[in-house]
Order: sequence, then structure tokens, then C-alpha cells
Amino acid sequence: MNFWLELTVSVLLMIGGIFVLVGSIGLFRLKDAYTRLHAPTKATTVGLGGILLSSVIYMSHLQGYINIHALLITLFLVITAPVTAHILAKVAMHHKVKTMEPTQNEGLVDTAREQKSVDDDAGSSSDN
Amino acid sequence: MSLLSRLLPTPGRSAILLVIWLMLNVTVSLGHIIFGSVFAIAIPLLCAPLQISQPRIKKPLKALKYFFMVLGDVVVANVQVAILVLGPISRIKPGFVAVPLDIKEIRPITILASTVTMTPGTVTAELSKDKRYLYVHVLQMPDDEQEVIRFIKDRYESAIKEMFQC
Repeated sequence: MNFWLELTVSVLLMIGGIFVLVGSIGLFRLKDAYTRLHAPTKATTVGLGGILLSSVIYMSHLQGYINIHALLITLFLVITAPVTAHILAKVAMHHKVKTMEPTQNEGLVDTAREQKSVDDDAGSSSDN
Repeated sequence: MSLLSRLLPTPGRSAILLVIWLMLNVTVSLGHIIFGSVFAIAIPLLCAPLQISQPRIKKPLKALKYFFMVLGDVVVANVQVAILVLGPISRIKPGFVAVPLDIKEIRPITILASTVTMTPGTVTAELSKDKRYLYVHVLQMPDDEQEVIRFIKDRYESAIKEMFQC
């Protein structure tokens, strides 16, 4: 395995690892359900993307043909991750999960829950 | 011709299924091509009654361009959010915004919502029943909430509109 290949694989692994770690730290440090959702979406995109890309390069080199299994994992993650995040946020909204202290426009939670028109509510929510 | 179109109601989907089958098995041997083709024909046929007619992507090149634009945005936004998360938590000012939508059909809206969720810093939370507003949770709210709305509309929604030509 030549030096440059090794370097690419290591750098990608490092980047992936760092982002997954940051995602976990975010999950731990952030204060409410909504902000916590931001951390995993980050970890799955760049973090896992980096790790899987390095796996593709390494395994392709090792086996002599392009290994695309890992690319499929990325594909399925990219399809499913936003849906999960969206549903979790939606559930949190409908259960009126507590929001963090400085959250702005909290009134929109009720607007969305009760399917009120935003136009009627715009005046009262913009000055929060 | 009519038999062909009846057997393959969605040729694109069948092709994708076959390719994914071959990718899963990491092979292009004849046996797997035949086996995959059977799936590629049977699955869309079985799923055909579930289909709701959706607008098609009229400009595939625009879609490809959009894909790479989003990829770039995801990386940039990731770094921004990573800095936010590692910095003092008190600096984070989350908030909700209601993004008014110009696009009406479900498929473009789904793509927009997924994009918004994939780019770190924003998560879609709800779509209003009349499909006129997308409620988005923003991790770091700028002073002017219109900034977020304008960003989503100008950067993503207009691109999707071009893609579907609607």
C-alpha cells in the first residue's frame, strides 16, 4: 500500500471520526430535543461519509476491485436520515416538548400543531 | 410496445433496482443479472397500485448540479455547526421559522425538506396541511429571521423549481 493511499485513508478516517465525536458531544451538551436533533444529522452526513469513503478506498485497494457496499450504506443513510430527523422533530412539536431558554418564535409550535394560518399569527410571533 | 410499457411501468425505477441488486452482490455475472431483472420487473409491478402520479424531474443535469451544491453546503455547514456545538452553549440561539412555499407538489417539497434537514443547522419539523408553509427549526438564528427564509428559498427552492420546471 503506497504512502499517498494510506494518507488519504487516514485523513478521511480522522475527519469522519472527529465529526462523529462532535455529533456525540453535541447530543450530550445541547439542551433540548430540537437542538439535539441537529447533532446526529451532522454525524451521519460528513462523519459517516468520511468513514465509509475511506472504507471504500481501503477495501478496493485490498481486494483489487471497486468495493461499493459502503457507498450503498451512504445512499440508504442519505435517504433515511432526513426522514427520521423530520419525524422526530414533528413528534417533539406535537408533544410540546420543552424548548431551550432563548428559543425564538416558540409560538410557531402551536401554529403548526393546530394548523392555524401563519398569516394571522405573524404579527404576534415576529415581536418575540 | 404496449406490452413493454405494461411490464415496465417505471423503467427508471427498474434500472435503479437492478443496479442496486448488482451493487449489493458486487458482481455482473449473468445469473445475478437475470435474478436482478426478475426483481426489477416484479417489484415495480407489485408497487404500481401504490403510486400517486408525481411531477418528473425535467432537467436531470440541473438535478446533478443541485446534488453537488448540496454536498458542498453540507460540508461547509457541518464545520460551522461543529464550531457552534464545541463553543459555549449559551451562545446558541435556536428558533423556529415558517418558510412559505412556492412549490405545490409533494415530491419537490419532500426533496426540499430532506435538503433542509440534511444541511446541518436546520431541521424541518412540520408541513402545514395546505402545503403552504414548512416549519423549520434553526440551530443558530440570525437577528433577522427573514435571512433564513431567504436562504432556503433562493438557494434550494428556486433550484428545485428549475429542476421540475414548475
